[in-house]
Amino acid sequence: MATSKTLGESLRQHGVSRRGFLKFCAATASMMALPPTMAPAIAKALEQARRPSVIWLSFQECTGCTESLTRSFSPTVENLIFDVISLDYHHTLQAAAGDAAEHAREQAMTLNAGEYLVVVDGSLPGPRANPGYSTIAGISNYEMLMETIEGAAAVVAVGTCAAFGGLPKANPNPTGAVSVQDLVKHKPVINVSGCPPVPMVITGVLAQFLTFGTLPELDEHGRPRAFFGQSIHDRCYRRPFYDKGRFAETFDDEGAKAGWCLYRLGCKGPMTYNACATMKWNGGTSWPIEAGYPCLGCSEPDFWDAGRFYKSLSVPTGAPGDLLVTAGAVGAAVGVGAGLMSRQQSKHAVERHDTVTADQLEETL
Amino acid sequence: MTSMDFLLFAKGPMFSIAVAIFALGILVRLFEILALGRAHNYAAARGNEIIPGLKTVYRRFNPDPGTFKRSTFDVVVGTLWHVGFVIVLLLFIPHIELIESTLGLGWPGLPNPIVDALTAITLLGLVAVLIHRFKHPVKRFLSTREDYLIWLVTFLPVLTGYLAYHRLINPYPLALGLHILAAEIFLIVLPFTKLTHIFTAFLARYYNGAIFGRKGIQS
Repeated sequence: MATSKTLGESLRQHGVSRRGFLKFCAATASMMALPPTMAPAIAKALEQARRPSVIWLSFQECTGCTESLTRSFSPTVENLIFDVISLDYHHTLQAAAGDAAEHAREQAMTLNAGEYLVVVDGSLPGPRANPGYSTIAGISNYEMLMETIEGAAAVVAVGTCAAFGGLPKANPNPTGAVSVQDLVKHKPVINVSGCPPVPMVITGVLAQFLTFGTLPELDEHGRPRAFFGQSIHDRCYRRPFYDKGRFAETFDDEGAKAGWCLYRLGCKGPMTYNACATMKWNGGTSWPIEAGYPCLGCSEPDFWDAGRFYKSLSVPTGAPGDLLVTAGAVGAAVGVGAGLMSRQQSKHAVERHDTVTADQLEETL
Repeated sequence: MTSMDFLLFAKGPMFSIAVAIFALGILVRLFEILALGRAHNYAAARGNEIIPGLKTVYRRFNPDPGTFKRSTFDVVVGTLWHVGFVIVLLLFIPHIELIESTLGLGWPGLPNPIVDALTAITLLGLVAVLIHRFKHPVKRFLSTREDYLIWLVTFLPVLTGYLAYHRLINPYPLALGLHILAAEIFLIVLPFTKLTHIFTAFLARYYNGAIFGRKGIQS
């Protein structure tokens, strides 16, 4: 439940020093590509911010996003920021269940009308799909989302499923899954994509919302530019190997051992916009490419259907090989037919002693 | 349509369509020529056809001294960008990956900086030949719309490839999608324009060499 305690008070109570807090603000400023002089402004805004009420809705998801957010950075100041958000409804994390849980959501919506943030993870069956594919407390996901966002200040779609439909929406999309932005048109939607997203990104987005009361600048997919502005490829520490043309060709060859570029093993880094290469995972320990695994492009729309994971980015997604053979065979047959016909014509023309003028030849050109 | 939708369209259905039109079109053209055959020569053969035919396929790569003297620019710049184009097309690693996945045939590639330099040379070469075509009165007189069209469809894949490689268009899926689309336009246009010379040039050289070989003359 939202209380009147400010974030600053709450942080001090949790034993976070002023110095530690300012360091976080400076890091947040640099993450959002703001000048360092903005750090005190962020600190001031965050200190005075009331704990915002957050309603977290989990729909067709695997809880990986929650795992990412809650576990991977638990001892850091970011975690405390997250703790001191008034997380009023999150059915994986809350103790209440059944009616009590739903009651908590309704209460948070009434008490914080127009001010609360809705965080959604998971896609949901669209309005025309069978609502029975995913329900909570007997309420369809669609109904719950539409009801909850009515009084929301903004909606944050966490994870690729919520942002773009993700795995549930992958071909053939049996549940008619859609993304949050497909349904929410009259409220601002921020997409924090990734499967799962980088934890710092969600705290960064919330910090920006608390600091400026505004939404971050978004890219064409509704993602905050501060975190999704650069591609994995551009910030990849293996980029020099790409530029030199040194590629690992299997997962255990000399190139792979030497840490060469993973393009030929299917790395989708060139088309993927995310902060993995700079922020890394598990408190800055490593990230997929550093672990020798090609980027899957998980923060991009339709990444499940965007070509095979272990095929290069340049490989077509269809089966052009078969089509090539079929079309080639038809072409050859038609060509032979046309050639023989022309040959026959010319034979008859010779027999009839047909003449041709220069003008007639000109016309055939 | 987002840039990702566009890329997936270009990489998926559009690529299949382009490849099908290309294969169908070019094989109709080539098999028509082959089935048409040549007029029967009743004179007694004075030499072999096949060896001189194949020799001529190779020998035409070297310009004869007269042509070189008369059109130095065409020979030098023309050779330069043609060689650059072919190397970039066949020896850039992402292109090899594409060919391997489509045809099942692969070969070693060149390091990216070399391909990059060759792309730049090819681009400059193509711009230079266009300017030359405009400036040269005879060339301009002889040029048809088709000539400008095939210049454009040849230039665009190289240009978009260069822009995509250097990431000069954002977001990248748009850049890559444009490059793939430009290449697909090239493939679709190829069988129905002078671009068929990519294949027929060798056929013509062979026939030429074979005809002279039969007469016992070096071509």
